[in-house]
Amino acid sequence: MLYREAGQFKTTYVADSAIFPLREDRIGLAIIILGAYALAFLGNSFLLQAVMIPFLVFSLAAIGLNILTGYTGLLSLGTGAFMGVGAYACYKLMTAFPGVNVIVWIFVSGFFSAAIGALFGLPSLRIKGFYLAVATLAAQFFLQWCFIRIPWLVNYNVSGALDAPLRTLFGIPIIGPNATPQTRYLVVLTIVIVLTWIASNLVHGRIGRMWIAIRDMDLAAELMGIRPLQTKLLAFAVSSYYCGVAGALLVFLWYGGAEYDVFNINQSFFILFMVIIGGLGSLIGSFFGAALIFILPIVLGIVLPAMFEPFGISVAADVIEHLRFMIVGALIIFFLIVEPHGLARLWQIGKQKLLVWPFPY
Amino acid sequence: MSFRKLGLGLAAATMLAGMALPAFAQDSVYVPLFTYRTGPFAGSGTPIADGMHDYLRMLNERDGGIGGVKLVLEECETGYDTKKGVECYEAVKGKNPVVVNPWSTGITLPLIPRASVDKIPILSMAYGLSASARGDIFPWVFNPPATYWDGMSMLIKYIGEKEGGLDKLKGKKIGFLHLDASFGKEPIPLLQELSKELGFEVALYPVAAQDMQNQSSQWLSARRDRPDYMIMWGWGSMNGAAVKEAVRSGYPIDKFYSVWWPGEDDARAGGAGAKGFKMLNWHAVGANFPAIQDIQKHVVDKGLSKAPKDKVGELLYNRGIYNSLLIAEGIAQAQKLTGKKVVTGEDVRRGMENIKLDPARLKALGLEGFTDQLVLSCADHNGHRAAFMQEWDGTKWVKISNPIEPMTDRVKGQLDAAAKDYAEKNAGWPKRSEACDKAS
Repeated sequence: MLYREAGQFKTTYVADSAIFPLREDRIGLAIIILGAYALAFLGNSFLLQAVMIPFLVFSLAAIGLNILTGYTGLLSLGTGAFMGVGAYACYKLMTAFPGVNVIVWIFVSGFFSAAIGALFGLPSLRIKGFYLAVATLAAQFFLQWCFIRIPWLVNYNVSGALDAPLRTLFGIPIIGPNATPQTRYLVVLTIVIVLTWIASNLVHGRIGRMWIAIRDMDLAAELMGIRPLQTKLLAFAVSSYYCGVAGALLVFLWYGGAEYDVFNINQSFFILFMVIIGGLGSLIGSFFGAALIFILPIVLGIVLPAMFEPFGISVAADVIEHLRFMIVGALIIFFLIVEPHGLARLWQIGKQKLLVWPFPY
Repeated sequence: MSFRKLGLGLAAATMLAGMALPAFAQDSVYVPLFTYRTGPFAGSGTPIADGMHDYLRMLNERDGGIGGVKLVLEECETGYDTKKGVECYEAVKGKNPVVVNPWSTGITLPLIPRASVDKIPILSMAYGLSASARGDIFPWVFNPPATYWDGMSMLIKYIGEKEGGLDKLKGKKIGFLHLDASFGKEPIPLLQELSKELGFEVALYPVAAQDMQNQSSQWLSARRDRPDYMIMWGWGSMNGAAVKEAVRSGYPIDKFYSVWWPGEDDARAGGAGAKGFKMLNWHAVGANFPAIQDIQKHVVDKGLSKAPKDKVGELLYNRGIYNSLLIAEGIAQAQKLTGKKVVTGEDVRRGMENIKLDPARLKALGLEGFTDQLVLSCADHNGHRAAFMQEWDGTKWVKISNPIEPMTDRVKGQLDAAAKDYAEKNAGWPKRSEACDKAS
């Protein structure tokens, strides 16, 4: 009823090629963004600190991997390590130059990650598919080895861990123990919105079309004049940039200190699952994937005990943990069978149906 | 589609309701227990979780809590995973916990800076950041009864005595098999300093977390290097695998020493060949104490525990009891200091600084001879207590030494430097503003 295309005429090419051609979509997006900001003032600290901040961080990392795997068709298992590069770079930068605002360093740290990502992306010109996945796996292990073995990266901390010294923005602490979940959330939210907006413009523009051309058929793309090396390396660099920024956010705005083990191979798979479940080649899918993989277990952890309690059954924490594993695993398989193209595709189908509702066509 | 939306909405609504629910009665004290009964570290985590839970549950069942106030116990499963541990912390933070026990060095590190802000004391018993022993810099963190640096110095001291004096260590080679994480790497600086000073050689054998159960390459290197002694800093499935590999590769097991984390199951993994494996410990093994008998009577026999009956009194189970003993003492002391019955995290922090577990107090608690005495203070949040050596005789642990005092002179310098370094690197680290109680 409310969601109708009828009566919205596109009179210019710009209007026709807009990312959100429907007025309802634009309003919906504005409501979501406003709601997200409003949540900072409505949500309690558990919701912000343990649910929303990590959700946004993982969404950003998933967008990064989606650029590489979803848009350019290059499978990578080094996401965790590239996130780590961003985190360690940010730590080195913010401790070496404490005078510069940390927000600057969070954005700059992504460039270090981008450089490392492009370096490990070099083999992608010659090898494809599973073989490339193995090459990026090497990046994962090599970089993780560096994180453990090079004490310079953690400023020779005895604990070998990254810590988050106090940093402020406009005099309000945003990093460090004194930063409230509210301010952290606002910072993360703003960074994620800005970077998502940039990513959206990238993937819908010339560069994004080059990536998609390479993904769909690299030989044809080459014949059309797209340079495979530059395009693939650019995809690696941009992807790693996003992962790097996500890594810096993860350590400094979520954990507030972390060990190297945070960036292990499991992290890489975690992000890869988000991308696959959410939908390859879709930005909104990255958010859906992060929600399903990260938020669902937390919701289950709260809902399951509450479900059993009225019957007088108290379920132990470890049983809940096992149930979480089983339910999330089953749901992943379910969604992949029902819609192999991920949640983003489901979303799209839903919107199309809604456009003509209550009629089937 | 609309069905899915409905489902999502329901889930969200339940989640919000679930978060609003936990409003506890005001006449109880909330003690969250971070445990792990799943994952690769469950082998070590489960008996500890049982011990921690059962002791506090026994206090509830037998005495109606502490000082007449019931304890509300809640386990949160961390799986030894930092991500889940931080989630657990956020989940319990709003329920006014009086103390948190992260039971993982990886989870402890991000929580240390938050403790003073959230006013929740952290009890990281003999793990975590060694430097947090300094109460004047880390007023909210407690890591009794000894730090890893103390432990390392005890092991070197013991080995030195076996050789006939510390100077006899010159020219010897000591292998250090450790989990390749901040936990395992912490004693390395001290080990290297001692090696320079005493003239022994150090060979490092790091074991990555994903390779814990496959240590063949480390033991192959050990076979090549032929270290005179082997010291292990392991946790979870790493300990059992190490004992097994040591036996298999023919390493003289009586030269194999460990810090205080292996349990009976780890030693049993080596079969008959594990006889002679030694480790540090600071509390008794066995169920022959009135308090543990009470646990049997009030908790295990009533089916309130998850521990099988024969596991009660095993090493790591008793380790869990020791941890809960500190929690209970902290609460009891806090009640004594403040005169309040329902204490808060701030009170328990004061209470823990006044822990005085002397033989008389242990006897009153039904744990006479369970452990050496422990006195904490405002400045000393650790105690730096001596530990003893125990040996695996094939079926059980046997105490084989007197208490070994740590080399305080060598450890203290490192500790102070590390604490200072930590405070400096974390710009804006708060100066201690919490007043000290007069030693009671």
